[in-house]
Amino acid sequence: MSKSNFTRRGVLKTSAITGAGLMLPTYLRAENHTGFTNAPTGNTVKFGFNVPQTGPYAEEGLDELRAQELAVEHLNGIGDGGMLNTFSSKTLDGTGILGKKVEFVTGDTQTKSDVARASAQSMIQKDGCVMINGGSSSGVAIAVQGLCQEAGVVFMAGLTHSNDTTGKDKKANGFRHFFNGYMSGAALGPVLEKAYGNERQAYHLTADYTWGWTQQESIAASTEALGWTTVQNVLTPVGAGDFSSYIAPILNSGADTLILNHYGGDMVNSLTQAVQFGLRDKQVNGKNFEIIVPLYSELMAAGAGSNIQGVYGSMNWNWQLSDAGTAAFVKSFGEKYGFPPSNAAHTCYVQTLLYADAVTRAGSFNPCAVAEALEDFEFDGMGNGPTTYRGADHQCFKDVLVMKGADNPTNQYDTLEIVEVTPRAQVEYDPEHPMFAGGNLGECNPGA
Amino acid sequence: MDAFILQILNGLDKGSAYALIALGLTLIFGTLGVVNFAHGALFMIGAFVAVTMQKLFSLSFLTVDDTQKDFLGNPLKVETPYVEAWFGENVGNWLQDWSVPLAILVVIPFMFFLGFVLERGLIKHFYKRPHADQILVTFGLAIVIGELIKAFYGANPIQTPPPSTFIGTVDVGSWLGFEANTIAYPTWRIVYFAFSALIIAGVFAFLQFTTFGMVVRAGMADRETVGMLGIDIDKRFTFMFGLAAAVAGMAGVMYAPILSPHYNIGMDFLVLSFVVVVVGGMGSLPGAVLAGFMLGILQSFASMNEVKALLPGIDQIIIYLVAIIILLTRPRGLMGRKGVMEE
Amino acid sequence: MLGLNSRDFKLFIIVCIMALAAPILLNPFPTASALGESFNAGYPALMQRFVIFGILAIGFNILFGLTGYLSFGHAAFLGIGSYAAVWMFKLLSYNVVPAIILAVIVAGLFSVVIGYVSLRRSGIYFSILTLAFAQMAYQLAYSVFTPLTNGETGLQVYNDDPQILMGAGDPTVPHFFGITMNGQTQIDVSGWSFVFQNGYYLAAIFLIASFYLSIRIFRSPMGLMLRAIKSNQTRMSYVGLNTKPYMLAAFVISGMYAGLAGGLLAAMDPLTGAERMFWTASGEIVVMSVLGGVGTLIGPVLGAGLIKYLENIVSKINDSVLHNWFSFMPDFMDNFMVTLIHPFIGKGWHLTLGLLFMAVIIFLPGGLVQGGQKIMAKFGRNKNTDAKDGADTPAE
Repeated sequence: MSKSNFTRRGVLKTSAITGAGLMLPTYLRAENHTGFTNAPTGNTVKFGFNVPQTGPYAEEGLDELRAQELAVEHLNGIGDGGMLNTFSSKTLDGTGILGKKVEFVTGDTQTKSDVARASAQSMIQKDGCVMINGGSSSGVAIAVQGLCQEAGVVFMAGLTHSNDTTGKDKKANGFRHFFNGYMSGAALGPVLEKAYGNERQAYHLTADYTWGWTQQESIAASTEALGWTTVQNVLTPVGAGDFSSYIAPILNSGADTLILNHYGGDMVNSLTQAVQFGLRDKQVNGKNFEIIVPLYSELMAAGAGSNIQGVYGSMNWNWQLSDAGTAAFVKSFGEKYGFPPSNAAHTCYVQTLLYADAVTRAGSFNPCAVAEALEDFEFDGMGNGPTTYRGADHQCFKDVLVMKGADNPTNQYDTLEIVEVTPRAQVEYDPEHPMFAGGNLGECNPGA
Repeated sequence: MDAFILQILNGLDKGSAYALIALGLTLIFGTLGVVNFAHGALFMIGAFVAVTMQKLFSLSFLTVDDTQKDFLGNPLKVETPYVEAWFGENVGNWLQDWSVPLAILVVIPFMFFLGFVLERGLIKHFYKRPHADQILVTFGLAIVIGELIKAFYGANPIQTPPPSTFIGTVDVGSWLGFEANTIAYPTWRIVYFAFSALIIAGVFAFLQFTTFGMVVRAGMADRETVGMLGIDIDKRFTFMFGLAAAVAGMAGVMYAPILSPHYNIGMDFLVLSFVVVVVGGMGSLPGAVLAGFMLGILQSFASMNEVKALLPGIDQIIIYLVAIIILLTRPRGLMGRKGVMEE
Repeated sequence: MLGLNSRDFKLFIIVCIMALAAPILLNPFPTASALGESFNAGYPALMQRFVIFGILAIGFNILFGLTGYLSFGHAAFLGIGSYAAVWMFKLLSYNVVPAIILAVIVAGLFSVVIGYVSLRRSGIYFSILTLAFAQMAYQLAYSVFTPLTNGETGLQVYNDDPQILMGAGDPTVPHFFGITMNGQTQIDVSGWSFVFQNGYYLAAIFLIASFYLSIRIFRSPMGLMLRAIKSNQTRMSYVGLNTKPYMLAAFVISGMYAGLAGGLLAAMDPLTGAERMFWTASGEIVVMSVLGGVGTLIGPVLGAGLIKYLENIVSKINDSVLHNWFSFMPDFMDNFMVTLIHPFIGKGWHLTLGLLFMAVIIFLPGGLVQGGQKIMAKFGRNKNTDAKDGADTPAE
């Protein structure tokens, strides 16, 4: 490994100047009698932001990173404070956390479980992080959540939508603010009934992996409850690119609705190609053919362009909401970066603040104390209305947005419009619901 | 029956993409003897030329409109594309609408130039090196090209719609005597297939019926003898590299409306196109085209629900399965020559 | 000594020292310094990867370096080994011994089958056959075989798994007869902290053993035979030798090395996913070997280390770290430097890798080992013979 000379010299000088003031990164602080992994000494505390910076979800990851940086600024009292001003809990005052200044390290997950775990391990072992936040895929989130459980740090999940994250694979040290496949189904159901009636023949195209399956199961259950029939569920390879051979059979299958359980680039391609095949112009069983994309993301909606017009889907949050929390966040984010935040950015920002608040309320960075403070915590002012972090499975319960592709977008940021804010009561479920059963939170682990 | 015909159409469409890339790969391998792992990247560059044209035509200047508000509540900055301001709204809109076909005009000289630069600047130095080194250096090049594209265009797929005339479907079924609207196929995909057929025919005609092509074919068969006849075969081979790059580039431009371009499509197509070339037989142009269409059609059939019900997951592995079977039964692929790439 | 000639023995001792003292050697800068925070690599998770991918590359080199057969699907054996090991954890107990043994055996069985079929062809046809098998394994593990592989989420151990050999007091993390893999001792010496982890040392011992075995194979009659096949297979057949058993043996040994690496990965971190078998993972193995120096004994290990270093260290450098480095400069210089370096770090580390890789292929076909030899030759022309001791010459 060769390093250029100017870098080396620069670093040597810098280290001489700043070295003394920096926190000692820790390897297993537990041995220093603090009782938990990476207990912060000195006057700083370190977070690890582990997001995809390369690979198919890189844009989402980078948007998450922007929001995380913003959250750290707000915690340290830089900028206008964003949601700290609207958050119902008033413990955070812009002086860091428990008097410690917040620092962060970043890592690239590449949307691969192995790489994400390697990156998280380095954050825990080398940089001494007490909390890991991030993710843009359920497989990665579940893998990193498991790692944090073993290592004894808190994992605040970013964008992960699979039921399993807080179902079959839930962990005591892991927390999810984002919504899930079940909630998408429950929220979409009534809206679809109102828009498309009770007699629809639905054809599912489903990404062939766990997230796709759990979402398909959830959506099928909720639409069948309306009286719809599921004609066929076809599994498509991830990253197929050209979906024509899966779309062509729909033309004459008798189905009048297509449900695309795809995300990211797959969603952009399958939706675009379905429109190219003329599905939206078709009449079947005397009804207009309709397409539904249960999980929306602004960044992907932009990729699909005008094909998204009139297509229903759901979201965790959207910048067009009118409450005070959303306005404050959109303002600080928009002023810093020049465009509105995505819902991936929002969930990471909120998770970082929620962690900071829980630490402050608990008076300790100990993961078990933090978990106790988060469990069944009720809060408001974070853009989603009154929200509860359920203790039984560490899933947040809050309103869910049903979205529709805007018919006449006025600019590149309002391609989606809010159709309905589904009240929280409608998307709640029992922790032992069959779609979530089989998991075990286990005991919270503070580390060695 | 209608499902069957639809899948044949899909297969021909997929196949023409594979065939075009494989054709270019084979042109390079057959003439220069170089295994070009960066060929998928050249395809991707083509797709991004289409994206760039679209972006150029929608390049806008900003005027502040006090009557409207942006998302932060500040006065809205209205974007007006330069082309509309310069050429009037009609021409401006037309240019934006037709940016993909117009990109073809740009991509041909651009890719020829890029091909020349690559061949003279990099590939030339690898003629005497082992095939493994050629594979590796072009693989490195493919990584670098992909990363550069990502640095400029981001990682998200970018929507590149075809001209509005070609949006919609053509009722292929009614031509064949089926009931109306049972076999409707997207217009652009039919355009794409016709375009590919034209390019493939053009390349074959060029090699078959021109003196230049004849010399190149002679050079492919026996480079030394042709050289001894006093013909500067190197120059012609450099031209062939440019031609192969241009073919890949055109395929990329035309494919952009079907598959929204992103920085990794080069890699996605790389593996597939190599399987296609090897199944067709290294160095055989007809083999590459045949294998491209064959694998495209087989893949489409394997995606049918009826087939998947019998063999779950077959659509994910069919290409590889076929490659293994063909290579085990026909040692040099469908139409490969003996002794090529076997050392 | 140990059946090695003096040059090989020296190399072997160097590798032993490097592996055993890695926790110290890889932490050259004080822990709290800016340099240490950015460039120190001596933390357990990364050191484990250095040695495990080192083992993988050594194994790959036995096939590619000795016979010249370029397998583009070697990551499949790594993945299969990992799955086998995690299943042992799920069914028996967290003891790593059965897990690693089964990982090697299962990977060996798969490589017998895949090798037997693929070796019927040579050149690029062989490469494509191995690629096809590996891609099939990846695609199926990701989707259809989910009951066996847990698909995208990755195979992991759950509390309600049978684990029939698990005693009441047994650790609930991978262990070697009670010595837990994640157990470690930390020693602080003034500004430095060094971490010695049990798991790392288990992997390091396997690396040393694998390296020793690979030297013996390179110097054995079989190694000689394989090189003869590489230089001219037709001639060998004309002499009346059946080359196939030798080739298959090399392929299977190489596959078992990959299985061992996969088993060790699972032993360090009991979770595995299908992406370990994706073709880019196989490509990475090739890149490692080539960067270090194909056909040399030490090269692939160096290459593996370099790639993992880039992946874990360079990808974590972000703009605020850069600003920290250059904070002593005037602001405009600072910003200029950051803008200049920005494309190559953090999310741009793949670009750095691609450029580095191209540069090595173009200027140093023999990889880093050749680079090292060139430097040695330049600075110590009179000690030319000594210089070559540090690194083995290419196999041809």
